Amino acid sequence: MLSKSQARTFFLGGTVITFAIFLGLSWNSLSNAVPKQTHEENLTSQVVRGKHLWESNNCMGCHTIFGEGAYYAPELTKVIDRRGAPFVKAVLTSKAPWAPNGRKMVAYGFSDNDAEDLIAFFTWIGGVDLNGFPPKPDLKQ
Amino acid sequence: MKYKSQQVAYWFFALSMLLLALQIIYGFIMGFAHMGYDGLHEVIPFNTARAVHTNLLVVWILSGFMGAAYYIIPEEAENELVNVKLAYIQLITLALVGVAAIIGYHFNYWEGRKFLEIPRPLDYLVVINVLTFLGLILATLFKGKKRTTTSLVLTMGLVFAALLYLPGMIWFDNQTMDSFFRWWVVHLWVEGVWELIMGGILAFLLIKITGVDREVIEKWLYVIVGLTFISGILGTGHHYYYIGVDKTWLIVGGIFSAMEPLAFLGMALFAVAMYRKGEKKHPNKTALNWTLGTAIVSFVGAGLLGLAHTLPQVNLYTHGTLVTAMHGHLAFWGAYGMIVFAIIAYTMPNMTGRKLYNTNTGLLAFWLSNIGMLGMTVAFGVAGVAQVYLERKVGIEFGLVQKEIQVHFFILICCATLFTTGITLYMYEFIKYGRPTNEALVD
Repeated sequence: MLSKSQARTFFLGGTVITFAIFLGLSWNSLSNAVPKQTHEENLTSQVVRGKHLWESNNCMGCHTIFGEGAYYAPELTKVIDRRGAPFVKAVLTSKAPWAPNGRKMVAYGFSDNDAEDLIAFFTWIGGVDLNGFPPKPDLKQ
Repeated sequence: MKYKSQQVAYWFFALSMLLLALQIIYGFIMGFAHMGYDGLHEVIPFNTARAVHTNLLVVWILSGFMGAAYYIIPEEAENELVNVKLAYIQLITLALVGVAAIIGYHFNYWEGRKFLEIPRPLDYLVVINVLTFLGLILATLFKGKKRTTTSLVLTMGLVFAALLYLPGMIWFDNQTMDSFFRWWVVHLWVEGVWELIMGGILAFLLIKITGVDREVIEKWLYVIVGLTFISGILGTGHHYYYIGVDKTWLIVGGIFSAMEPLAFLGMALFAVAMYRKGEKKHPNKTALNWTLGTAIVSFVGAGLLGLAHTLPQVNLYTHGTLVTAMHGHLAFWGAYGMIVFAIIAYTMPNMTGRKLYNTNTGLLAFWLSNIGMLGMTVAFGVAGVAQVYLERKVGIEFGLVQKEIQVHFFILICCATLFTTGITLYMYEFIKYGRPTNEALVD
């Protein structure tokens, strides 16, 4: 029967080995996959400003990108493909409340420059290779 | 209660209960908003309610863990807490930082990164606070007479939890990198080191309640936390499927995260087996209910419901839908909410000297909150699966789908009311115990 010291060895050994593999795989992803899959060459200062705006307004508190965030408002990973930049800009700059299907969004009333930064961020996000996410609706008639 | 300084735990538990009450209120605001009744939108928009709801969850659980540590470590190490005054200062500053963050969320002052919304300046205060806490715990442990496995596992969990907070504080320009390291905090907390903390508290409770030999319990504790890390560390990969990193994670994350339920199954079997084996029948049945309850409900909520959507083929469709909310609610409640309730139920009679062991209110609180949370989980699940099919498979627009599933939020709110009734009864008992007293000290 298993002794306490064997159990401890199982815990410590298992932890060290899996953590080492985890670090190795992470290193590989961050140094090889991320630059390619996210097209880091397109990560301009405008995109970064857009990311700041995305975070400082907690857009993730209602929406998702890359499927991450809250489930109150639409997924925005492919929003530029789906809606087009002019539509997105109109929503972002609108000072009047906007409530598609009755669900209200805060009227941020962004300046033209801020809206352009956010659109640059969404455009860059839309270009990231996400291994097939979001899926194509395969039962669509 | 053997040591006077263990009383500090009471105030951490009290803070924990207060924050839970607030968390529930914000949960209702979100539930009603999903149903279409968002009358508070101008004052508390959804993203505010959401940030408050999830952050309060984290802080009340952490406050509960800290209270548990302040109770368990002196008893296990056989030593008074090294500095009681500093522990109270740590409690007050924790509460102040938490309140400041929550107020900030109402004025668009945050860092919109799911679960880690606390703005950077407050992050540094959190770090100082947690370092103070760890300093007190470690000093007590190392000055003590004994270093038991239970106390070491609990402390190890707390130290790792603090270390893992740091990768979440690094700024990345690249959203993929940002997300990658955010999961080092969030995933490695809840599916890694928090399970160590839970395991440590569970082992302590089982030793006290069942009377089974410490050596046996602690041996299995090692096996369980071993399984947790072996599956959970590489299981982080299930958050990396669709964020812009390589497909290696689809295989690694899929396989290892599918093994994650084993740790929780181990925990459930372990708790039930120790209960059966135990010859000592501790009179505190309320604590026993919560102890066995946390082991079983965490297996269902964290283990099985996590498994339900962890494979990449399934997750491609369920990722970023209400299916996640289904799993999240029962997992957090079963694994972390209930373990905090268990340690509170066990320690309150010891700290206050009032032996209210088996009240009907206590029993009702247990069943109502659990049945309520199970009902909420089902409501989220039905809404989530409907959303997945209508939106992801059939391709109906998001807003139209949300209208279709509004009805499930009515059921959710009904079940949440049941849950809240249970919690209210638990809090009523908590208050009824009164304050800790030196008269409750035993040799």
